[in-house]
Amino acid sequence: MAPRSTFPPGLELEARKAAPMRQPLRAAPVPPLLVVALDQGSGDAAQPLVTAGARVRIGTPVGRAVGETSVAVHSPVAGVVRGVETRPVPGSAGEGACVVIENDGSDEIEPGCASIDWPTLPPQELLARIRRAGIAGLGGAAFPAYAKLAAARERSATHLVLNGAECEPWICCDDALMRERAADVVLGAQVLLHACGAAKCTIAVEDDKPEAIAAIEVALAAAADPRIELATLRAVYPTGAERQLLAAVTGLEVPHDALPPAVGVMCQNVGTAAAAARLVRTGQPITGRIVTVTGSGVRQPANLDARLGTPIADLIAACGGYDSEPLRLIAGGSMTGRALATDAVPLTQAVNCVVVATAADLVARGREMPCIRCGDCATVCPPGLLPQSLLRAITAGDDAEVARHGLADCIECGCCDYVCPSRIPLTARFRSAREARKVRLDERQRAAAARERFLRHEQRLAAMAEADRQAFEAARSRARGEREG
Amino acid sequence: MSATTVLPAIGVAMGLAVVLGAALGWAATRLRPDAGRLVESIDALLPQTQCGQCRYPGCRPYAEAIARGDADIDQCPPGGENTVHALAALLGRDPKPPDPAFGATKPRLVAVIDETRCIGCALCLPACPVDAIVGAQRFMHTVIEQQCTGCELCLPPCPVDCIELRPPLASDTARGRRAA
Repeated sequence: MAPRSTFPPGLELEARKAAPMRQPLRAAPVPPLLVVALDQGSGDAAQPLVTAGARVRIGTPVGRAVGETSVAVHSPVAGVVRGVETRPVPGSAGEGACVVIENDGSDEIEPGCASIDWPTLPPQELLARIRRAGIAGLGGAAFPAYAKLAAARERSATHLVLNGAECEPWICCDDALMRERAADVVLGAQVLLHACGAAKCTIAVEDDKPEAIAAIEVALAAAADPRIELATLRAVYPTGAERQLLAAVTGLEVPHDALPPAVGVMCQNVGTAAAAARLVRTGQPITGRIVTVTGSGVRQPANLDARLGTPIADLIAACGGYDSEPLRLIAGGSMTGRALATDAVPLTQAVNCVVVATAADLVARGREMPCIRCGDCATVCPPGLLPQSLLRAITAGDDAEVARHGLADCIECGCCDYVCPSRIPLTARFRSAREARKVRLDERQRAAAARERFLRHEQRLAAMAEADRQAFEAARSRARGEREG
Repeated sequence: MSATTVLPAIGVAMGLAVVLGAALGWAATRLRPDAGRLVESIDALLPQTQCGQCRYPGCRPYAEAIARGDADIDQCPPGGENTVHALAALLGRDPKPPDPAFGATKPRLVAVIDETRCIGCALCLPACPVDAIVGAQRFMHTVIEQQCTGCELCLPPCPVDCIELRPPLASDTARGRRAA
């Protein structure tokens, strides 16, 4: 299988962004009860730092980052912690530990938050501030921003690409952000450039967002920073996927087993840049994000600037509530999003969009039929995999073959599903195969550790028994000696 | 057909038989599959619960018994059907359902010590085959959840019955559910 040199495949999808973009970006009301997930979407949870009854303000740390893939979590509101509870969350786990906070309405800010004089700050210090602020990638994957920036600095990446492509048909939170806060995006670009040490930055936007492009151009002219440029891309799904975007902007293909800094580039979402800008302007950690609430099932689709931890139900209520009985709630876009079991799940940094889908939005999928080997999936697959062969290997349970067909390289974009004439839910299969593999690896690791401890335990017990026996022998011979002597 | 044409053919056949027989005999003694390595590969497929439900004192002794031919492959309830299948594939035998006489396959549970009732007797410490309980005499004990295999061997020695088995906490169950 010859790898493709750039990214031509993909799909031209009909955009569904008009309805929410008719409304201006506005702040969502802060609900009386916030549920702040300790896993903001990357898959690893922070360690809780508060217990029931603690007083918190906006920006008070409530969760400590553990390891490289979780982010620090802060209170998005002033009030009292009701407790750390297991609640439904939007990620694949379904439920997870959340800090539940009762809002007292005062919106008091944690003392000590002051704007940062970032140009004079050493980059390492700035990276540490970004880490402490708990900023995750706001494009949907919620990988800690500082970890990517630090990796780019370590590998001396020279080119930062800010992702404003937003290729998913329903999502338009980045469009709203760029239209209304373009100056923040450009300031964020400067901050991130300083933090990661890259020499130039490209803000990449798809050509179906003329207002956003105009706003960014105005902000760029105002900033007059020769390092930052704007690139407009043809609107093809999934241009906004990291590797595909980098290929489209720089012409470089990131090796499948390496990360972008290996070829001197890195990618961050425009929302992440704006969050970094907000951090240096106010000194406050990340406590909110812009989220698109859309779909035919909601009365007034809109983009909301909402506090993290706001239940999705409150966001929908802020958009006029349900219009009709929704068939499905989706967190993320229609192509890559995940169905939500309940609207009680809270907003996390990973949730860029909530689609309240009705029958009008969903194409009836129809019954799954056998694969006819037409190969349509392979012609649209952006990373150039052979989805039909991959599916066959997964069905056969052949781990080596699955790895050879590149399950790890699947970006779960959904293009193969979309074109499959047999209506096979390929992406869902790939996703669950990946998760099952992770569970198997976890289990195997735990078993290996248990085996090791069992061996040590046996050895220790044997050594103790031997020591006991020797002590007994010694005592007996001593007693015998005393009797005879 | 004369003897001169038949005899060389018989001679060649007998010669081959002797040479190949000797080679096979040598291979049988010198190239015998290493018993230790067989035990290793069997042990690698077992779940390492060390629960003893197979009636051997741990997964490795059970692996040794299978390698010797003393135990069957269907005696591991925590491993369930998957383990029987893996063992059958490794040993070239027919898979069969796990034998219910050794216990039922259950989802993973972990031991939890009710710390208000624990008297600090330390009897459960040596009973834990994987050293997942921390504590000392007259001090409270607790179970390290990630390291507990749910073998239940700590239950009988506890004089105040303060240990019970529960599903593991959120993150772990969530993983399990994802797999299902």
